[in-house]
Amino acid sequence: MDTYYHPQDLPKFEEIGEEAPELAKKFFDYYAAVFVEGELTEREKALIALAVAHTVQCPYCIDAYSQTCLEKGSNLAEMTEAIHVATAIRGGSSLVHGVQMRNIAKKISL
Amino acid sequence: MAESPLTIHKNFSDIIQNKEKMERTAQALSRTSKTAENKLPVEPFGQTLAKHGLNLTRGNTTALQINVGLLCNQACRHCHLEAGPNSEEVMNRETVDQVVAFAQRFPFEIIDITGGAPEMNPNLVDMIERLSGMAPRLMLRSNLTALANGERDYLVEVCKERRVVIVASFPSLNEAQAESQRGRGVFQKSIDVLRKLNALGYGQPDSGLELNLVSNPTGAFLPSSQEQLEKRFCHVLKDKWGIVFNKLFSFANMPLGRFRRWLEQSGNLERYLQKLATSFNPCALEGLMCRSIVSVSWDGYVFDCDFNQAAGLYMGGKKTHISELQQLPEAGEPIAVSHHCYTCMAGAGFT
Repeated sequence: MDTYYHPQDLPKFEEIGEEAPELAKKFFDYYAAVFVEGELTEREKALIALAVAHTVQCPYCIDAYSQTCLEKGSNLAEMTEAIHVATAIRGGSSLVHGVQMRNIAKKISL
Repeated sequence: MAESPLTIHKNFSDIIQNKEKMERTAQALSRTSKTAENKLPVEPFGQTLAKHGLNLTRGNTTALQINVGLLCNQACRHCHLEAGPNSEEVMNRETVDQVVAFAQRFPFEIIDITGGAPEMNPNLVDMIERLSGMAPRLMLRSNLTALANGERDYLVEVCKERRVVIVASFPSLNEAQAESQRGRGVFQKSIDVLRKLNALGYGQPDSGLELNLVSNPTGAFLPSSQEQLEKRFCHVLKDKWGIVFNKLFSFANMPLGRFRRWLEQSGNLERYLQKLATSFNPCALEGLMCRSIVSVSWDGYVFDCDFNQAAGLYMGGKKTHISELQQLPEAGEPIAVSHHCYTCMAGAGFT
């Protein structure tokens, strides 16, 4: 079945630079710099990326960072916990807006 | 998306042992089949070398690697040699004598004993005693569990006395990951043996008893940066289990033997080979171990490396027994290559 997402498209990511090479270079240089070990290790950064990938629901990113997490030495339990962090924040962000709902409801209710 | 390597069944080792003998013959045939090679999704390794203007040849030979047999108490799923408990391929006394005589004739810097589980070769203690002193560095590769339960305490004492460097397989700090590669129960036994080795002085600062760890990825992905992994292993092993070691090496898995069959069966082969090929690092060539090592198989034949043993690629393209080898291979002699060689050229390389 055809689909908008093809795994073989992931390695073509850098082709995006063909139409706007200077912008692409800035982006990819920045991207590479972000993932270099700093105060956080590369392993920790990959776990954050995995969690964010699930939040933005990007299949390319999930594919890439599932592999990267394993390559950086993480295990499935750690990766699952990282996704739960994303899930908690995502769910929490809905729930915390309940405060607005309550404010509005209270304002217009007797 | 590729299937996660951790979704695979555990306890694989028991099931595969019986199938392996039949499959090994078929695999040996497919290894040498040009048709099979042409079907692979990456260009021939020699062609990639040529594109980069590289030539893989022997340098000075400084190391002797001795594979004392494919008998092993484990049947690890990533094993390129398909070692296991049912193997009858064990170096016999006569071959041991021939290898020791060979080692005596040349000034090797390193002698590296491997397997299988070398501990299971009944000639090992004698071999260590005869080889120690012939090279400044004598190494024994251990899967750790073969040293568990006090069964081979005498061997450990001999290693300590002869200052044998122990190079131990320890793929992951996570029990599930480690056991998905090496079999059920392996993790805790490995921890116990590492503690025992530490108690004897191995891995302790200034003891002169070197304990190194080897971590192979637990699936169809590349290894972590050795430096970063070593830092993490050092920290976690010490904090959690009070274990110390000297160095950690991270090596990619070879698409040969049992690991290759798993790659094929799980639909990971194509992508894994592509990953290795796209990680080709021309700078890794200089330090490749095949340039400086003579690798002897359990039955005494010589290869440029342990992986070429698994692939059936003899040194110099000719089946030569150690007893017939009059001199070390000369610098500049070509090295037999195949697709699996991409593994040693991926990323930081395999030295």
